[in-house]
Amino acid sequence: MPIALTIKSLIKTYANDFHALKGIDLSVEEGDFFALLGSNGAGKTTMIGIVCGLLEKTTGEVNVLGLDQANNAYEIKRLIGLMPQEFNFNMFEPIEEILINQAGYHGINRTCAKAYAEVLLKRMELWDKRSDMAKSLSGGMKRRLMLARALIHKPKILILDEPSAGVDVEIRRSMWTFLKELNAEGVTIILTTHYLEEAESLCRNIAIVDKGKVIEQTSMKQLLARVSQQTLILESSEKLPEIPTTLGFLLTKLDDYLLEVVLESDINITQVLKILSEHNININHVRNAQNRLETLFLNLTSGK
Amino acid sequence: MWIQYKTIVIKEILRFSRIWVQTIFPPIITTSLYLLIFGGLMGDRIGDMQGVDYIHFIIPGIILMTVIQNSYANTVASFFLAKFNHSIEELLVSPISYWVILLGYISGGVVRGLVVGLGVFITISFFVDLQIYSVFIIFIIFFLTAVLFSLAGFINAVFAQSFDDISIVPTFVLMPMIYLGGLFYSVEILPEFWQNISRFNPIYYMVDGFRMGFLGSSTTGIVDSILVLLVMIILLSLLAFYLLKRGINIKT
Repeated sequence: MPIALTIKSLIKTYANDFHALKGIDLSVEEGDFFALLGSNGAGKTTMIGIVCGLLEKTTGEVNVLGLDQANNAYEIKRLIGLMPQEFNFNMFEPIEEILINQAGYHGINRTCAKAYAEVLLKRMELWDKRSDMAKSLSGGMKRRLMLARALIHKPKILILDEPSAGVDVEIRRSMWTFLKELNAEGVTIILTTHYLEEAESLCRNIAIVDKGKVIEQTSMKQLLARVSQQTLILESSEKLPEIPTTLGFLLTKLDDYLLEVVLESDINITQVLKILSEHNININHVRNAQNRLETLFLNLTSGK
Repeated sequence: MWIQYKTIVIKEILRFSRIWVQTIFPPIITTSLYLLIFGGLMGDRIGDMQGVDYIHFIIPGIILMTVIQNSYANTVASFFLAKFNHSIEELLVSPISYWVILLGYISGGVVRGLVVGLGVFITISFFVDLQIYSVFIIFIIFFLTAVLFSLAGFINAVFAQSFDDISIVPTFVLMPMIYLGGLFYSVEILPEFWQNISRFNPIYYMVDGFRMGFLGSSTTGIVDSILVLLVMIILLSLLAFYLLKRGINIKT
């Protein structure tokens, strides 16, 4: 698979001598849905800023779809769409104008820009508000506006820095569906998020950044396989009987309707449900007690 | 490149047009007051200046003052706000050259200078029978002055860290330079020492050149006026481009 983004030995030291990036090495394949995880201040936004041309690197190499950033800065900007973490548009501009202007900065004429802005605004459920000033939008709408703006020049790589912050559950799910569609159309998506559930459900590959370094880069599947234990909550609609102690796995009764089960790698949930059913314990609903990725992320970044 | 330039210019024009009550209307009111006070009420008592009656003497300076203030105000406010609300990032992530960004903002300032200058000119023409010696000289001095002060406003905006920083230069530098640049008096009436000091003030050459376009007479000569403007435009353009390219106070 061709490589969409390669970062080699990227270092960023700010004027106040703060070392934000201490030698980042990263590689993202074309067509990937890639998660970039890290706690606040880990260096994710700085890395994205350098890739998109918002910040100057101290040293290192950035290569986008075979183009070296040092010699092809403009070409690279045409290939990347950025949805930043902070709102960064003029609040006193009408929404449609924001999109048309952004297209204009990419050299797209007004007629084409207007037509595609309509498509994006309708997809983002903002079309009715196209003439409103950006300041009148809710937080979630402003995020969707930034997503539409990032897509107005039809980039091959979409970088999303905390896209779901402040977006309600329903809109977030709708945004996920849209992002999956984009990815299926061939757009490489790089996502930073604090919602680990988001990374787990959307992304195929992942890098974990901690204190200015990539401490892990692997596939989501491989990473999650490392979690040997999984804790699940089992919910029954009937009042639970006494729980036998010789089931072969650790089961705790939380209340009359809820059980907590700890699964080791040698047993899966289907087997658990079958055994419980044999003891006349019928389970209607199963959910994670804790996100698996969250457990792993905390372990990795705390050095465990 | 043309679409990118056009986009910035249209955005700039729309920006100041949306807030016309703050940007276009006040200079027209101020000009009317200047005419009432210095022309109608005091002009006759002052008498002639540089061979013409006082009101005709001050009109070119009043028009040029509004051009200077508005060209400067447009770029300093627009670019500083773009930095302040981070919408400058829309340009930084786009494949757009620094020259186009600079040219776009400067053109926005020139257009506002033109709109307000024309508004003031038309307002004055209702009250005073205007003399015009050369439309070409008027236009060339207007254009170069608007470019120069749009550039100056842009540089101020690059360095500005707060709203205070964008009002300090207009209040403490620009305004004294305008008022001491022979706007309301002929430099010839000053003692020789102060005449020599005035010749270090670039606005003196602009006002003098602009006055030449209206009245047909000047103290320095039109060539000096245009040369001073061109040299300053080249210097400030290079400085503005350097600041943009290095990303000073824009990229960190």
